[in-house]
Amino acid sequence: MSDLRQLYQEVILDHNKKPRNFHKMEDANRHAEGYNPLCGDKITVYLKLEDGVVKDISFEGSGCAISTASASMMTAALKGKTTAEAEALFEKFHRMLTGRPDAGGADLGKLAVFSGVCEFPIRVKCATLAWHTVHAALEGAGEPVSTE
Amino acid sequence: MRAQPETLADWKAAPAPFDVWRIRQDFPILKQKVHGKPLVYLDNAATSQKPEFVIEAFLRYYTTENSNVHRGVHALSEQATADYENARSKMQRFLNAASEREIIFVRGTTEGINLVAQTWGRQNVGRGDEIVITAMEHHSNIVPWQMLCEEKGAKLRVAPINDAGELILDEYEKLLGPRTKLVSIAHVSNALGTVNPVRRLIEMARRTGAVVLIDGAQAVPHLKVDVQALDCDFYVLSGHKLYGPTGIGVLYGKAKLLDAMPPYQGGGDMISSVTFEKTTYNHIPYKFEAGTPDIGGVIGLGAAIDYVSGIGLGVISAYEQDLLTYATEAVSTIPGLRLIGTAKEKASVLSFVLGGVHPHDVGTILDQEGIAIRTGHHCAQPVMQRFGVPATSRASLAFYNTREEIDALAAGIQKVKKVFG
Repeated sequence: MSDLRQLYQEVILDHNKKPRNFHKMEDANRHAEGYNPLCGDKITVYLKLEDGVVKDISFEGSGCAISTASASMMTAALKGKTTAEAEALFEKFHRMLTGRPDAGGADLGKLAVFSGVCEFPIRVKCATLAWHTVHAALEGAGEPVSTE
Repeated sequence: MRAQPETLADWKAAPAPFDVWRIRQDFPILKQKVHGKPLVYLDNAATSQKPEFVIEAFLRYYTTENSNVHRGVHALSEQATADYENARSKMQRFLNAASEREIIFVRGTTEGINLVAQTWGRQNVGRGDEIVITAMEHHSNIVPWQMLCEEKGAKLRVAPINDAGELILDEYEKLLGPRTKLVSIAHVSNALGTVNPVRRLIEMARRTGAVVLIDGAQAVPHLKVDVQALDCDFYVLSGHKLYGPTGIGVLYGKAKLLDAMPPYQGGGDMISSVTFEKTTYNHIPYKFEAGTPDIGGVIGLGAAIDYVSGIGLGVISAYEQDLLTYATEAVSTIPGLRLIGTAKEKASVLSFVLGGVHPHDVGTILDQEGIAIRTGHHCAQPVMQRFGVPATSRASLAFYNTREEIDALAAGIQKVKKVFG
């Protein structure tokens, strides 16, 4: 049961139940879609980028608790960051989830609650879906992101 | 010959003792612990576990007999060939096919359907023709027909299902017409558990002269199938769902249809003679078995048929029906749980959604309790769409599951609810 507590921590369950920034953004100037065909997690990320800064960020979609909480906490973490800072955070988050955390660099802060996910390899894709999607939005890539 | 029973009530066995605890001893994997808890394997619709009897047959082939079939005159090859063809006879009897020649070994249900689509389909379906399937099909019984229709300019028509997951017979009938060339239907739905009244559906299709294929992947492990009584033209199944190895399956086809079909894959064994000027093909079943087959797989499948026949599908059906009833009652009282697939006639499958919790999360928490279920769209995305859900959690039963395991499932679901508040 301790493993499960690592995965479904209070913060994660809270963000799943009440996801932050969970709405469509009418005046977004970037957006991207992400999809996990294995389980049906779907997400659309909206960005308002101004002068290289994430002025606003929101998301819509349906998915499991891990993907929803990850997206919610991501939007909270990225608001106000520059694109360079956002990309750095994406790298660090991804490395943490794939079991290659590094010392130094941007501090993950609250996002560290997802560290338990690397014990559940099948769920890593759930946690990274929103991040891959926002990465695609930042790059301006046209194609929807898939975990496969 | 007994008339094919139409409902599962007809399959209720004569009282025969079924000692599930002794049966479980035959399945070595069931002794395992997962995350420190006894394995509760409820993912049989994805694949079944194998009895020691089947594993040993497979190993015995490789240890004592391994040799290529049909081509050798030495002792090992003769033995391997005999066992391979013996398995074909076993499958013929298992399905009550008229002849062994009507049993084609393929990789699985998916390959069987693709074989029919690419040979019979390409030969007989043309522009403006129609293929009828249902809204409860697995992707393997949708995509090959979509591909064929696109290639030929034919139309795919889909018979709708009601909210219980049952085929609406009137609507199915309306779709059948003079342009209907083929009807392809699941015997049992993998996502919903619905058992279709296939004999009736076949009779209705016959009136238009359509050819009928039945996807039996989820049926053969749970109920007795008699292809002559059904009078289907094709029947497909997968060995790994029938307590046999992966990588092996069967396409049954009526001899006169198979004889008229062009070959599927070209190569060795499916030929009669080869010159650079002209090649002639072998007769059935070999015409459709190019290259070295999965000999070990076939022998394993033969052993699986022996094992299952030894218990008796009537006994298996009765036990599983009882267990499914118990399981349905156990979970349907859980507040917030909605069953997906509530047909009057069902086999093995219990699909559900739990309010406020994504199936993926249900599956992960149950896994921590040692319980294996499947979560997702089950290769039936149209079914998910029909019921307005992104995915379901699916428990699927076999004859080695017990009431205790169902109790564990119900307790596991309660735990999920506790975690998610």
